Amino acid sequence: MHEITLMSSILDTLRESALQNNIKNIKQIKLVVGKFSMALPDSLLFAFEALGQDELFKGAVLDIEEKDTKCICRDCGQHFSLDNDYYFVCPNCSGHKTEIVSGRELYIDYYEGD
Amino acid sequence: MVQIKLGSNILGSNELLARKNRSEFQNQEILVLNLMSSPGAGKTTLLERTIELLNGQLRLGVIEGDLYTDQDAQRIEQKGVQVIQINTEGTCHLDAGMIGKAFNNLPEKDNIDIIFIENVGNLVCPAEFDLGEDYKVVVLSTAEGNDKPLKYPLIFHESRAVILNKIDLLPYTDFSLERFHKDLENINPKAQTFMVSGRTGQGISEWTDWLLEEVNNKKGNS
Repeated sequence: MHEITLMSSILDTLRESALQNNIKNIKQIKLVVGKFSMALPDSLLFAFEALGQDELFKGAVLDIEEKDTKCICRDCGQHFSLDNDYYFVCPNCSGHKTEIVSGRELYIDYYEGD
Repeated sequence: MVQIKLGSNILGSNELLARKNRSEFQNQEILVLNLMSSPGAGKTTLLERTIELLNGQLRLGVIEGDLYTDQDAQRIEQKGVQVIQINTEGTCHLDAGMIGKAFNNLPEKDNIDIIFIENVGNLVCPAEFDLGEDYKVVVLSTAEGNDKPLKYPLIFHESRAVILNKIDLLPYTDFSLERFHKDLENINPKAQTFMVSGRTGQGISEWTDWLLEEVNNKKGNS
């Protein structure tokens, strides 16, 4: 449900940037969202429909790239992915000193417009 | 058509404010805990018991988050500690800006060792918002079932301490302590765990002993 808050902040950032760059209509927006973040792409799309009613966003397509959750083991250096079960345990050495390297992303990559 | 590269973090403005809160808490040597759970897990009762044990030993402050009411703040106020209510008016989480304002409104903010922030009851959204706290603490109650760490991995992964509440109800539920510990060990092996009952007071002193130690560490290290 916090996707509304997130989208409102995304749209504010875009409005400000479009003003600075003299862009009147945005055609495409690219977001990157990690699967371990708690933001759901469908809810972000819904929030975009609801909040992006101004002229600037007319006809704009929101493209969301999801990033898998990936970790590195600080004991043996093994890289591994987490899919359904979020077990932060190294599959190689069973170590617990793991660090997330991707999956927590939440950023606006770019946008296109005239 | 032009392409503008941004790379800007969606939570960037919150993170900026969280950093500001953190440095203020650091300067004043206040330990700040962000308590999170689903609705009804027993955060407020746990806080009441915690205050009863710590009052007189530490100078306490509480920031209460709630959608619409101030019922929890009233309960805390009766315990004789400073409390500020934040009503989020439908928003499902607290953010760093709300905490900064609430902190400034505490009647004696220069006279505090530890602040408990009671977040809005929700296991999803609050995990995403840094408030500038030292530690996130998640409270789970036995009646909710032992599958919650697996279903809400982010909040359990991010928390420094996990409190299992309503331990007195354990015999009446299907909650598996074995599964709970095993899942937690895999999701967050570094978490400090406490088994408590807000109703009977069981286990609360282990939790408050840990808090006393952490307050001392914070004062010693800064």
